[in-house]
Amino acid sequence: MSHLLEVEHLKVTFPTYGGEVQAVRDVSFYVDQGEVVAIVGESGSGKTVTVQTIMGLIPAKNIKDGNVRFNGKEILHLSKKEMRKLKGSEIGMVFQDPMTSLNPTMKIGKQIAEGIRKHQKLSKAEAKQKAIELLRLVGIPNAEERYHQYPHEFSGGMRQRVVIAIALACNPKLLIADEPTTALDVTIQAQILDLMKELQKKMGMSIILITHDLGVVAEMAQRVIVMYGGTVVETGTVFDIFENPKHPYTWGLLRSIPNLHDKEKKRLVPIEGSPPDLFSPPKGCPFAPRCPYAMEICVEKNPTPFHISNGHTANCWLNDPRAPKVEAFIAEGRE
Amino acid sequence: MSEEILQVENVKKYFKIGPNQTVKSVDGISFAIRRGETFGLVGESGSGKSTLGKTIVGLYPATSGKIRFDGHELGNLDRQTQRKLNREMQMIFQDPHASLNPRMRVGDIIAEGIDAHHLAKGKERQELVYHLLERVGLRPEHAERFPHEFSGGQRQRIGIARALAVKPKFIVADEPISALDVSIQAQVVNLLDDLKQEEDLTYLFIAHDLGMVKHISDRIGVMYLGKMMEIAESSDLFEEPLHPYTQALLSAIPIPNPRLARKRERIVLSGDPPSPVHPPSGCRFRTRCPYATDICSKVEPAWKEVKKNHWTACHLYNQ
Ligand SMILES: Nc1ncnc2c1ncn2[C@@H]1O[C@H](COP(=O)(O)OP(=O)(O)OP(=O)(O)O)[C@@H](O)[C@H]1O
Ligand SMILES: Nc1ncnc2c1ncn2[C@@H]1O[C@H](COP(=O)(O)OP(=O)(O)O)[C@@H](O)[C@H]1O
Ligand code: SF4
Ligand code: SF4
Ligand SMILES: [Mg+2]
Ligand SMILES: [Mg+2]
Repeated sequence: MSHLLEVEHLKVTFPTYGGEVQAVRDVSFYVDQGEVVAIVGESGSGKTVTVQTIMGLIPAKNIKDGNVRFNGKEILHLSKKEMRKLKGSEIGMVFQDPMTSLNPTMKIGKQIAEGIRKHQKLSKAEAKQKAIELLRLVGIPNAEERYHQYPHEFSGGMRQRVVIAIALACNPKLLIADEPTTALDVTIQAQILDLMKELQKKMGMSIILITHDLGVVAEMAQRVIVMYGGTVVETGTVFDIFENPKHPYTWGLLRSIPNLHDKEKKRLVPIEGSPPDLFSPPKGCPFAPRCPYAMEICVEKNPTPFHISNGHTANCWLNDPRAPKVEAFIAEGRE
Repeated sequence: MSEEILQVENVKKYFKIGPNQTVKSVDGISFAIRRGETFGLVGESGSGKSTLGKTIVGLYPATSGKIRFDGHELGNLDRQTQRKLNREMQMIFQDPHASLNPRMRVGDIIAEGIDAHHLAKGKERQELVYHLLERVGLRPEHAERFPHEFSGGQRQRIGIARALAVKPKFIVADEPISALDVSIQAQVVNLLDDLKQEEDLTYLFIAHDLGMVKHISDRIGVMYLGKMMEIAESSDLFEEPLHPYTQALLSAIPIPNPRLARKRERIVLSGDPPSPVHPPSGCRFRTRCPYATDICSKVEPAWKEVKKNHWTACHLYNQ
């Protein structure tokens, strides 16, 4: 069976004064119908550029290589018009800052209704009715009154619900959410995550969720893609990644968060060093300068994905049968 | 020397934002910080954490109430004592980008306080800067560079070096790690921990990330709409949160364990926090509290030590 979304060998660069930024170097992954897939990684690792490419937000001249197929159809080089149609009907997007997606001078309800009318043949009255339903669906109380308010009259959490309502207006098959709760408080984050889970079940859509919060990943995702330095370094089910990770960067990520259940205070184990320089990425493994297990080959050759188990791959030479066995990472009592 | 380095008594900080409108950002808070401890402060955005921190270090004058630091009452001090306190209380900010002057060299940024307080000159000043850079895990040659040449985590280290330069006793760290990557957060938290031991510091640590707050703090205070809701030893707060707001806050933390995360039931609060311009009568949390009763809208709950060293303000504990 073919995947809902398939990204293959994507490469995106940006010319800047300092040189060419290699934002996305070789990214491949897929998303199946009804799945929640999380993308995690440091800031600058290429998460946003990857999903912006899928959404047709990156100019063609910056896309150096790769394919993106949606429902089996290549969408990387669609015309503006075709892309708009796809976005209005099949793919919805939610950004970190809800204000970037809302027009501050236009009433909330009207923004949703207009969005609906752009893509569906409905009368004004029908679109208004549908907009009010959507506001209710995302849990905005007094939807009829709220319909007539402006974005600044809404709190941050409510604005993000509105953005989700707009993204859902077309009943998308795929919702792409780039750090949708990063700007929100934990109690509001919990409301939004519950909302997304509930809607995902109800409507059977797929979600790509970008987040840097491993707690959010554990709670929401079925599968996880770990990115580092513009590449995918590990991918697997949420259980593969949390319970049997096979890449030193993933080990480092899991170890650097405190364990809420520790009785005594233990010292945190950070990943030493700084994130990679995307102007001149190393020819070998991008994590090598920070990796405590780096070997000679790591600096020479970028590892290809090693197959660990069904659907679980890791781009790390340690998984080569000839590599020395390093002490396996155990998330000791992490709960 | 008193065991408490800082005492805050019924402190209020109001901002006038219109002809008839006042934000009660901090509205009557009392607590103390013990010498050598890390006191964590948590609460929703807009609950008044930064305002409280800035009022304590004197960046904002308090609207009313008393703040005592190391035996001195802030507000009516002679110039010399004022200068001494300005040096002894330092603040580290959330955004390491915005808080460093982009046109100054890192060495001069770090030496700002040294210059202002005439602590060192010439060669001695330079040695001090080099030493501070090494203390925070950077290198002496970094003194010649500009802030934009550094990553977020490195810029936060520069901010920490600047605060340390004047040999403070007390540091308010306002979300010092929120803007950093997970892997870099742990580096900065470990650095703050080490410095505290080595320099005999006391911290007020403000943060959103409850996991990190628990890790770093000895005691934790929970704020909501300008008021303190609960204060306890950090392990007590996590094991037995008393206030319904604290309970909801803790249950909202996403757990980085897929099996536990799928099993657990959480308290999801309905609604949004009310505006601090018109806070609810009685208990401020009542509009979102699952246990609210009649009395909660009429009478403000008293601040009370419900268990040993465990304080809260809620009518549930007033029988
Ligand atoms: N200089 C100011 N003038 C007017 N209002 C202010 C000022 N500073 C803060 N406030 C208001 O005071 C309240 C508390 O703000 P504060 O910045 O202390 O919140 P906080 O708890 O630090 O929030 P965050 O978690 O978002 O940093 C808010 O309603 C804010 O808008
Ligand atoms: N329009 C652009 N012009 C130049 N560089 C860019 C542009 N967009 C992104 N980048 C760079 O590409 C890299 C990856 O960025 P991004 O995908 O936003 O990272 P993430 O979302 O993982 O934090 C970063 O180095 C970023 O600065
Ligand atoms: S390939 Fe080598 S450098 Fe890269 S993560 Fe694996 S061991 Fe470390
Ligand atoms: S005082 Fe009443 S409303 Fe406030 S937290 Fe306690 S039970 Fe809830
Ligand atoms: Mg991003
Ligand atoms: Mg603040």
